Amino acid sequence: MEKLLHNLKKNRFLFEQLVHRDFTQKYKRSILGMGWSVLSPLLTLLIMKIIFTEFFAKDIPHYTIYLFSGNIILSYYKEATKNGMNSLVDNAKIFTKINVPKYMFLLSKNVSALVNFGLTLIVYFMFCIIDGITFHPRMLLLVYPVLCLMLFNIGVGLVLSAMFVFFRDVRYLYDVFLTLITYLSAVFYSVDKFSFKRMFLCNPVYVYIKYFRTIVIDGKIPSLSYHLLCAFYAVIFIIIGAIVYKKHNHSFLYYL
Amino acid sequence: MSVIDCNKVSIRYITGDFKAIGLKEYLIRKLTHKYHVTEFWADKDVTFKLEKGDMLGIIGANGAGKSTLLKAVTGIMIPTYGSLTTHGTIAALLELGSGFDDDMTVKENAYLRGALLGYTHEFMDEKYNEIIEFAELQDFQEYQFKQLSSGMKSRLAFSIACLVNPDIIILDEVLSVGDGAFRKKSGDKMKEILDSGVTGILVSHTIDQIRELCNKVLWLDHGKQIAFTDEVELYCDAYEEFLMTKKLPKKRQDIDNLAEGHLVRVQAEEEERAKARAKGKI
Repeated sequence: MEKLLHNLKKNRFLFEQLVHRDFTQKYKRSILGMGWSVLSPLLTLLIMKIIFTEFFAKDIPHYTIYLFSGNIILSYYKEATKNGMNSLVDNAKIFTKINVPKYMFLLSKNVSALVNFGLTLIVYFMFCIIDGITFHPRMLLLVYPVLCLMLFNIGVGLVLSAMFVFFRDVRYLYDVFLTLITYLSAVFYSVDKFSFKRMFLCNPVYVYIKYFRTIVIDGKIPSLSYHLLCAFYAVIFIIIGAIVYKKHNHSFLYYL
Repeated sequence: MSVIDCNKVSIRYITGDFKAIGLKEYLIRKLTHKYHVTEFWADKDVTFKLEKGDMLGIIGANGAGKSTLLKAVTGIMIPTYGSLTTHGTIAALLELGSGFDDDMTVKENAYLRGALLGYTHEFMDEKYNEIIEFAELQDFQEYQFKQLSSGMKSRLAFSIACLVNPDIIILDEVLSVGDGAFRKKSGDKMKEILDSGVTGILVSHTIDQIRELCNKVLWLDHGKQIAFTDEVELYCDAYEEFLMTKKLPKKRQDIDNLAEGHLVRVQAEEEERAKARAKGKI
């Protein structure tokens, strides 16, 4: 742990530079680039709202916010893990020539995704106002699931980026998986009608979405065990990711 | 204390068709027992020690394990067996041009490269002007990197890597970059670094460079260490003869014979040339 902190301190400059690079690459110095990352989830929201209101809105209060909560969490997860997956392969030219800590590439990608998420979150709260949701200090608790999700995303990114080095079809398999998780995360429907609704808690993305909805829409604070569940997913994936990196750190080279 | 201590280093490489296959194919091959990976030793029991100020030349044909060994010294690879310790900062000049970002400006790329090489922010602030000046890119600082010529790119890379006064310098066929005037300038800078008491490793296929710059020689062949010695001239002679005859020396006597063979050959060639010249005159 102490070593990790020391490394982070030593690598701060590298980290800043990589984040700067990722932002430049992403937005190509255009103003619209930044705006697009807010606009695109709004478009998704609009379409979903138009189509699904007919089917689900009468059973779910604040349906727009219900949709929006699901959408922003899910797209944050998708963006962070997909970019994370590419982080090693994209930077292969660098770390096969220069001795740098490889996880830095992943971390900087995660920062871009987090900033994007932050932007959509601002719009999200604006929608909350429009939808007549009253703000309450308990909303500050939303920091907690965001923190857990961030760690979770890093953990998943560690595993995926390593797998992507070894197997290039992981990209396509992961796309399939993302489609599945989109439908399994109850973005636009309610789980109440299912007899096995507890099974949804096996899906970490759903867990984080539900946390948001409980706080924002229901105005309640989730139970302690629910908090533990959030942390559990984050920690377990960070640990798995760290083990994978530790084990394969020096064999990535053979595959690139 | 040695600056570089390489003790019985062996590095195993894996090859096979694992690179191209995907996860699905991998699982099927695993299940049908058709998944094969072959291993080979890129380096086997390589041992050498360098003190401060030493300049080591690594010689050997393609596939001898030279580049792999350099990667191990820089810490990109770790030895499968054996131990390798280094003391001090390492500057490695391997394939200078790659790893820059096309959309960023020259200045941003300079900072990024500095960060990748492990410099601090303060250090870059302090050295930045010197780097740009040396690379002769003052007028191009805010240009996007893709707008530069490849010569300019390697000039920048060279400047960043070389203006740091490293303790250990690693050169893979790179001694100078650019064209004309810059070639001389970078060559001079390299000499200056080498004269400053730096410890270095040079991989080169130009034997004369090794003779000129190195005081120690490591001879590798298919990963095996043929020799580590400070008799640079003798072993360079022997190596050049080996390249002609392809007879690998087994004992000390062979080296002497090879070296002698080389001298004889060189002398013969010179006589030949002298004759040709004489003929030409007539």
